[in-house]
Amino acid sequence: MPHIPLPEHLPGITGLLEYRLDTALPIRDLTQILLRGESTLTQGERELIATIVSSRNCTNFCEAAHTKAADMLLGETETARLVKLNFETAPVSDKMKALLNIAALTQKSGKSVTPEAIERAHHAGATDLEIHDTVLIAALFCLYNKYVDGLATVAPTDPAYYETLGERIVGRGYMRPPGGHQPPKSTNEV
Amino acid sequence: MPHIQVPENAPGILGPMKFSPQTAEPMNALANALLQTDEGLSRGERELIATYVSSQNECVFCQTIHGAVASAYLGDEDWSFVNAVKEDYEQTPLTNKMKALLAIAGSVQKGGKNVTSEQVEAARHEGATDKDIHDTVLIAAAFCMFNRYVDGLATVAPSDPNIYRYRAARITQKGYSAEGEYTPQAT
Repeated sequence: MPHIPLPEHLPGITGLLEYRLDTALPIRDLTQILLRGESTLTQGERELIATIVSSRNCTNFCEAAHTKAADMLLGETETARLVKLNFETAPVSDKMKALLNIAALTQKSGKSVTPEAIERAHHAGATDLEIHDTVLIAALFCLYNKYVDGLATVAPTDPAYYETLGERIVGRGYMRPPGGHQPPKSTNEV
Repeated sequence: MPHIQVPENAPGILGPMKFSPQTAEPMNALANALLQTDEGLSRGERELIATYVSSQNECVFCQTIHGAVASAYLGDEDWSFVNAVKEDYEQTPLTNKMKALLAIAGSVQKGGKNVTSEQVEAARHEGATDKDIHDTVLIAAAFCMFNRYVDGLATVAPSDPNIYRYRAARITQKGYSAEGEYTPQAT
């Protein structure tokens, strides 16, 4: 049960983003820019960064949602699964391995990001902007994960929930729908 | 030296914010929404939470600038009170409510799942509202982002306290932005 009263039909981050709209807006804006804005990293690659950080923070809700988004954007489910298991042997480019390494270090703490980790990314062709965005996506998901777990929000166990959520964040992105998310009209309708 | 090439004369978070103005805008908007209000928790109390989390993350730049802002609000001219809070807040004359909220913030810094129902109950018992608890968790989570942004890119933290005092005075008057200088302009 969450530490503060939140609407039952809005699990995980979704209820928190309705709790204080004035703080939710810049969090949504930042996410939309970083994960859906113009970038030399694909949306799928950026979702993999969100996924590995959420996975290492053990935040089930965020991990499931962003794994689903990555799967949908990449058109297969193997890459995200293997990245979470061990990104060094996952089927991604050397540049992505170096960036996932930076994301994994950022998850531990900012100071864990070494000049060697940066050098490796530069050597594999990563630009300063890609490194910047990787660190900031990883840092942003530490915010999300700590927000979601720190208030003990509920993570649905039904995979169908994340199917719907994945479609929403891939299809419509991270901004609030006009009027927010309405409660289901009856218990049979989700 | 920062890990990426950021504009010169932009210490701490200002470097990456000037490097990426598009992401700086919502980050500053979040800082203003969370810290520049006295609704429930005062500005000074909010800055103390930010300072404490930044010190637990060992982020020198963030704990010094937010400590300076907290000191400005709390009339703590020599920073001794804020330093005592960072050192061991239980031994300070802070309210029991603030001590309970700092315990929650400390747990968020370690990992969201570390926040216990007992900690939340203790904060409620001392008069904390749902919104106070929400804001404490979100301030702590947000500073786990800001601290990682600042240290993950190896930005430079100035050592002169007057630089932070000068910037803190500007923040208390104008709020957070990627604009303005950290050092007084020569006149």
